[in-house]
Parts: sequence; C-alpha cells; structure tokens
Amino acid sequence: MAFLLSEEHGLLRETAAQFFQDHMPVSHLRALRDAGEGEAFDGNLWKKMAELGFAGMMIPEDYGGTGFGALGMGLVFEEAGRRLSPSPLFATSCVSAEAVNHAGSEAQKKAHLPKIAAGERIFAPAFDEGARHAPYAVSCEARRGRGGFTLRGRKRFAPDGGAADWLIVSARTSGEKDDKRGITLFLFPSDARGVERVSLSMADSRGMADIQLEDVALGEDSVLGELDRGGEILSRVLDVSRIALASEMLGAARELFERILAHMKERRQFDQPIGSFQALKHRAAEMFCQIELGHSVVWDGLSALEEGRDDVAQMASLAKARMSEALRHITNEAVQLHGGMGMTDELDMGLFMKRARVQAQLYGDGRFHRARYARLGGF
Amino acid sequence: MAFREEVRAWLEENCPPSMRTPMPEEEQVWGGRRAEWRNPDSKIWMERAAAKGFTAPLWPQNYGGAGLTKEEAKILAQEMARIRARPPLLSFGIWMLGPVLLEFGNEAQKKEHLPKIAKGEIRWCQGYSEPGAGSDLAGLQTKAEDKGDHYLVNGQKIWTSYADKADWIFCLVRTDKSKKHDGISFLLIDMDDKGVETKPIRLISGASPFCETFFANVRVPKENLVHDLHKGWTVAKRLLQYERNAISDFRGDIITSGGGAMEDVAKDYCGEEKGAVADGAMRDAVSAHKMESHAFGLTLRRVQEEAKAGGPTAATSILKYFGAEHNKRRFELLLEMMGMEALGWEGQSFSDSQLATARNWLRSKGNSIEGGTSEIQLNVIAKRVLGLPD
Repeated sequence: MAFLLSEEHGLLRETAAQFFQDHMPVSHLRALRDAGEGEAFDGNLWKKMAELGFAGMMIPEDYGGTGFGALGMGLVFEEAGRRLSPSPLFATSCVSAEAVNHAGSEAQKKAHLPKIAAGERIFAPAFDEGARHAPYAVSCEARRGRGGFTLRGRKRFAPDGGAADWLIVSARTSGEKDDKRGITLFLFPSDARGVERVSLSMADSRGMADIQLEDVALGEDSVLGELDRGGEILSRVLDVSRIALASEMLGAARELFERILAHMKERRQFDQPIGSFQALKHRAAEMFCQIELGHSVVWDGLSALEEGRDDVAQMASLAKARMSEALRHITNEAVQLHGGMGMTDELDMGLFMKRARVQAQLYGDGRFHRARYARLGGF
Repeated sequence: MAFREEVRAWLEENCPPSMRTPMPEEEQVWGGRRAEWRNPDSKIWMERAAAKGFTAPLWPQNYGGAGLTKEEAKILAQEMARIRARPPLLSFGIWMLGPVLLEFGNEAQKKEHLPKIAKGEIRWCQGYSEPGAGSDLAGLQTKAEDKGDHYLVNGQKIWTSYADKADWIFCLVRTDKSKKHDGISFLLIDMDDKGVETKPIRLISGASPFCETFFANVRVPKENLVHDLHKGWTVAKRLLQYERNAISDFRGDIITSGGGAMEDVAKDYCGEEKGAVADGAMRDAVSAHKMESHAFGLTLRRVQEEAKAGGPTAATSILKYFGAEHNKRRFELLLEMMGMEALGWEGQSFSDSQLATARNWLRSKGNSIEGGTSEIQLNVIAKRVLGLPD
C-alpha cells in the first residue's frame, strides 16, 4: 500500500500538473474541437510530453523509457484528467506500450518501445467489436495460411484509431465467440493492405475509429505474444489500462469538485452564497465522500500494480466501477449546481460530462465491473 | 522483534483457550461492580490482561496502562488477532473517558479513576443527550448549582447507554444559563449517589441498550469537575472525536470480518447457478455492496496510514457518516435476500441467525443517529472540511 507520496513522486506530480496547466488546459481541447476536422491531439505537444518522459512512463529504461512505475503513471493520468488533456498518453503509452512490453518478443520490443517513448509512433488498440465493452466477444477472424494469417472482420471504437501508425488487434484463431481461449493479438501498420479506418466524431471530441479488416495478410512476426493466448494478455493489459482510466477520472472528479465548491461560495441568491443552503451543503459533502473513497481505491489499485500483487484484477474492477459511477454523479451535479450556466457550452461542465461517459464505457462501466468482481470473488 | 516474541509468549501462557473463540454477545465483558461472568474464563482473562496493563495498552503504567508505544500496541493487537483472542474488556471508560481524563483531568482525578477503568472495576456511561438536546447538544439544561462545597445536580439525560449497568456517569451539565456553549461543565457522578435513577428504554429491536437517567438534588463533590468550570464543551467535543473513532474502528472490524458472508447468504436464499448467484439483479446488488465495503476498508487503512505520518486526514470526517449508512444498506440488502425469513421475531421456526438479522437490522437504524446524526456529520464536513459558509 502506497498511500503516501515520496518526494520523487511529489515532484513528478508537480511537473505533470504544471505541464498540463500551461500547455493543455481545458481550452486546448475546446480549440481542437472548434477547429473541426483534423487531429484530435496536438503532435507537437505530444513531442513535449515525450521529452518530459510521459510517453515512456510504462517502458523500462532499457528500451528508452522512463519507467515511472504504476504510481507515477497514475499521477500523470490524474493531472491529465484534471485538464481533459487530449494526447496519445492512454492508447499509445499505456495500453499499447504495456501490451508490447508485457507480451512482445525481444525484436518487437526493440522495434516499438523506443519509438513510443520518443513520441514518434502512435498506436491504437482495437479490442472491442460492439457498443459495450466485451473483450472476449471476438468474431474478427484470423485464418492461418501460408507464411502467416489473413484477418477479416470489424473492430469498433478503437481509441486514437484514426491517428495511429500501428494497430494492435485482437482476432480469433480458434474457439467460439466469447471464449477467452483462442484469441490472438496482432501488431501491424495501420496502412497495411485491406485496412479501412472510419474516424468517429464522438461527444468527447477525442479520437476514435472503427476499423474494417478485409483480408489483411500478415506475417508470423506480427503475432504479439503466444498464439491463442491473447485473452490472458488482454486481461493484464486491460487491467493496467482500467486503473489508468480510473486515475484520470479521479483527476477530473477532483477538478470538477473544486469548481463546484468555488461556485457555491461565490454565487449569491436570496442575498447569500448558495453554499450556505443545507440542501446543497449535504450534496457537496456526499461528493466529497465519493472522491475520498475513489482516492483510496485508485491508489490501492496503483499499489497493487506496483507491488505485483495477485489482486490486480479485483482492484482494477473496483477502481474502474467506483470512478465510473462517482464521476457520473459528480458531472451531473456539476451541471445542476451551476444552474442555467452549467447547460451552456461556455462553461466546461459539459466537456467533463461528455468525457466522463466515454471514460466510463471504455473497457467496462460499473455494471460490467460489478459482474466481473462477483465472478472473481466466486459468486 | 523482541517485543513481539515477548507478547506472543505471554498470550500463549495467559489467554485461556475458551477466550480464543468467537465471542457470543452474552459473554462480552464490560466489568464494573455488577459484572456478571457467564464464562469464568472471561474473568481470569480480564484480570490477567489488566494486571499487565493490556486493557489500556497506550496509557501510562502508573495509571493502570501498559505504557506501550503506538508501534508496540499495534504488535499487541496483531498478536491478539493472530490467536483470535477476545478483547479482555470492552469499556466506554477506556474508549472515551480515559483519553480525555489523560488530557484534561487533574492528577488526583487520573489517579482515582484511570486504574479502576483499566482494571474493569468501575463501569462508566455517558450522560450527554437530553430530551430537548439531541443534535443541538449544547442546548442541554441539566443544571449543576454551586453550593459551596458541592454542586447540586437536577435534570434528565437520555440515550445513556447501559446506564442501568454502569457505576459512574460522565455528564455535561449547565453551570451558566446566560451562555450556551460557554456555560457547560463536565462532571463525574457516582450513580450510587442519592437521587440518581435509571430507567431502560425499549427500542424497536426489542432490546434496551439505552436508558433515561434522572437526577433529583444529587450532591456532587467539587473535585469531580473535569477541566475548568464552564469549559466542559471543549472536553465534550474531544470526547466525541474519540467516540466517533471508536465507532468507525469497530465498524471497520465488522465489515472486514463479516463482509465475506453476503455472497453466501445470496446463494443460500436466491439460488446458485454454476457457482454464481442465480438472480442477476441480486448478484449485482451484492457485488456493489461488497465493493463498497472494500473501498471503505481501504479508506480506513489510508486514514490510519496518513494519521501515522502526521499528514492530512480530511478523510477521517467521512468515516462515521459513510460507515453508518453503509451498515444500514447492508442490513436492507440482507432483508431483501432473505425475504420473510429475515422478518421472524422469535420462536423455533426461525434460525438464530435469521432472528438476529431482524433484530440487528432494526438496531442498525440507530447507526446514523447515535454519536452525531448523519445530517450533522454532513454539516460538519461541509463546514470544517469544505469551508462552505454558514
């Protein structure tokens, strides 16, 4: 359990907070959105993040990374979450870096990890096939042929799918749909023949794409990890990613709550600050409870990763479920407590709310993780 | 390391085997002049622990404690947990009065009262609430008049836990009518004194853990005033902090030890299919509840860790509120799962645990009232932690 920050981690948090505040405040996301068509993140800022070591935070130093460890990763995500900062931090440097580092061959690690750490290669994980997260419901088929595989099927809602240079795709090599066994991960360039990407315009203005695979021919060397064992790799990679998302959501929750409190102290009606009304005070105190519990589960989730504990799966589900529900509540309250202004695009409340729902759906919402927590607990 | 081995050896030699089994409620040891001993081993265990100071490990040795450091006390607790030793003595004196006497009491008061508390000789109860002073505790009216060599006390207290079994009561009394908070004093009263009477209150659960306590011209020696005259509110607030900590610690224990049972109840009463609770909606509810327990348990641990490091402990403020509400939700969920069988009142047609569920469900409703209502807790968070205006 690492509930107390070391001096080193304190510094990292400060650096991250400063960076996102200076370079990627909420107005940055707003500007990208208002520019319309184009990238969902700023490539130059991503380079800057790489210089600070954020792009390689999950990558060992041997492969050009900074190896901040899980807690360091959580802190960076928390600060990014506060500003709704859009970048390849999640899809490339968390999900994909963890997948390559965890399951990749020596050649794959050497080929990709230093590029990720340097901010020179964007990845998109393409795991889901439906509107709701179901990691083992894989119909996309990889048929074995001479010298490799042929992929056919459709992956949906791949984060950064439009911008990615490379893709990590889960496909079925044996077994039935919904079997954990028989899934294999493939790593290949996004411009491979037969790949068609359709960028999706999502409510949160972040990049996402559907990916159509029409007989994509891949060599043996594009298999990531063991054949048919992609399900197990996915569990690990998804759990790390879920805890990272929960950290990001915790940051958003803290930021929103601070804004709500400031508003309650400043906004006056009936000749008094609205924060003096007991009905609102109690709602604020309730939110505070949610944030404190969220803090506990997110940090213990990060500790579980850091210490290599055997309850990482439980903690990932606990953290992701709790933060999904808590942030839904807090974003709703943020709009309501800001009154009519909360409904306007001028205030940021809507941006947080839209992002929160995408964050909740990504890799499993509260319902998904309650069912999983029950399964893991033997009931 | 040496201390751990010493404690282990002492426990091995001194904790009777029957004191290493789960404790039924009727074998709880609260001490006092009228203590009853259903199991003679309980008395032996309490006396041995008290002789060693282990009933109040953190108190100085000259006041009946063991004078342990926090680290040593933790080791003692761990070693007792390891052999599943029962607590040798449960006591409001140890949890609430003792800590404030150590802080605010004079030397004579500490010498007189602390050792008797630690040895389980005197059982204390709390005289705070009154019929007209609940959440607005400082509105209390039980008065103590200065009669030269003593105070004359008249009035009524309510919700005095186990007053009918207690020997002494620590009371908040009004010594100045012209001021609210600054007219309250903290007084220790022997319940054997003439004019003190108690009457148990029957609760919705059928049990009577609380009493009304009446004071009619009770003469209380002046040396029983703790801290300065009219400064009782300071003592009272500090004592409430100890009380809330004790309640949330206790609740933490319940949650960690009893939390595993929810899914078994669900399987028993709602059916099981391939190892899972058959009713999907119920399974979702049980999982949500267990996850909440898990998150609350982690928050307790975080608060302890932060407190030990002297860091910020804002999260402390949520423990009483959240713990109480969580426990109430727990019993409502048990009722939903067990259906009619959780609603039996008495008789052979129901199992002991079914009957206990009904009674404990009703008892749990008090969790969000006693020791500061949930509404007051939320007010405190809003004001003290969040800085929202009055």
